[in-house]
Amino acid sequence: MKTVKAELIKETVKKMCIEANCNLPEDIYRCIRHGLSIEESSEGKKILSDLIENANYAKEQNMPICQDTGMAVFFVSVGQEVYIDGNLTEAINGGVRDGYEEGYLRKSVVIDPLRRVNTKDNTPAVIHYDIVPGDKIEITFAPKGFGSENMGGLKMLKPSDGEKGVMDFVVKTVEEAGPNPCPPIVVGVGIGGTMEKAALLAKKALTREADSKSEDEYYAAMEEELLHRINSLGIGPQGLGGRVTALGVNIETFPSHIAGLAVCVNIGCHVTRHLTKTL
Amino acid sequence: MINISSPFTLDDAKKLHAGDNVSISGDIYTGRDAAHKKMTELLSEGKKLPFDVKDQIIYYVGPCPCPPDKIIGSCGPTTSCRMDAYSPILLKEGLRGMIGKGYRSEEVINAMKEYGGVYFCATGGLGALISRSVVKKELVAFPELGTEAIFKLTVKDFPAVVAIDSWGNNLYNIGITKYRR
Ligand code: SF4
Repeated sequence: MKTVKAELIKETVKKMCIEANCNLPEDIYRCIRHGLSIEESSEGKKILSDLIENANYAKEQNMPICQDTGMAVFFVSVGQEVYIDGNLTEAINGGVRDGYEEGYLRKSVVIDPLRRVNTKDNTPAVIHYDIVPGDKIEITFAPKGFGSENMGGLKMLKPSDGEKGVMDFVVKTVEEAGPNPCPPIVVGVGIGGTMEKAALLAKKALTREADSKSEDEYYAAMEEELLHRINSLGIGPQGLGGRVTALGVNIETFPSHIAGLAVCVNIGCHVTRHLTKTL
Repeated sequence: MINISSPFTLDDAKKLHAGDNVSISGDIYTGRDAAHKKMTELLSEGKKLPFDVKDQIIYYVGPCPCPPDKIIGSCGPTTSCRMDAYSPILLKEGLRGMIGKGYRSEEVINAMKEYGGVYFCATGGLGALISRSVVKKELVAFPELGTEAIFKLTVKDFPAVVAIDSWGNNLYNIGITKYRR
């Protein structure tokens, strides 16, 4: 048994909140730079180079890349051989509270979805736990802005809708989102499982590098085809017209039921933040 | 690049066309979901607004907290469609400009045509860079709303694009149609 103190988890989460919000991940940098080399619209090119300048400035000043520092989403894998000394969920929320305060990050969480009063410390976080073999804790932090979160969608398709049904739904969701999720976007797609499993997969897909490929060749080809279709829509950077609507499409899947074909699209913006630390 | 300053009159508005790049200097007011709700509630109760919106520009933004060595934290635009329910009422009161990102509803566009309003888009997710255009920040109303309070921002060379002009020409439609395959 390995012991990990809750206090260490809190401290780690605090630092992750600040680091992830002020430093654009390298994969997104790469994708924007690549976008700049293929964008045809001059307005679009200007926007893409502004985005790089913005990320550089944010890093240099240690200030948030975007003012929407998001709802704090975590994927936490806890090894079975780890003993946590203290309350894990409280430690994560404590880290969020401290990180959002010390890093001058925006507090965007309301305590109730309908009686909307701000909690003033950006808690509670949305935490997805997984129990895995081993003696490590892996924490992935992916703060999510709601300009993009609001534009996702989920559909329970019929198995007969097949590959075409899935792809049409993804493209339609991106098309309807238009300029709202701050394109160029990253498209997270979850296929299979149950309704909530598909939603979770779509979010998890956004924590993969935007230019990574599915390990399954069949889905890697689908990612490529979807990217091509999405970048033919003409939406472009900020939706003002252009070639680079999406930086990447990531598909995650899970076995399903004989009667079902769930598909969920979670759109990430050009500030798709994700940071992983292992304890 | 067209320079714009406040107050932003009907004459100024009529000189702008969808697709124009503009640089805004002078005073603009921040306001997003909660401030819009409060402002339109005041109007429906027959009360006065916390500032006269005539010939003014509202910027849809909820900035980050301000670090001690800065004038404002990151402050890029938020999605405008959440203000669609309120904008026609403010346009009728004389509001001339709105800065945000993303689509507007038919009702807002019709009100812009009727009263002579302009919708500018700023780049979403450019909050760190945009903060450099703000030279002064002053609280105007609703401090209890925190990041959603109304502030008067004095800006210099704030970069934006005319997304929808006062005739209803819409850059989103024009741009997307042009690059669609
Ligand atoms: S969608 Fe992303 S880039 Fe746009 S405002 Fe929200 S967090 Fe920022």
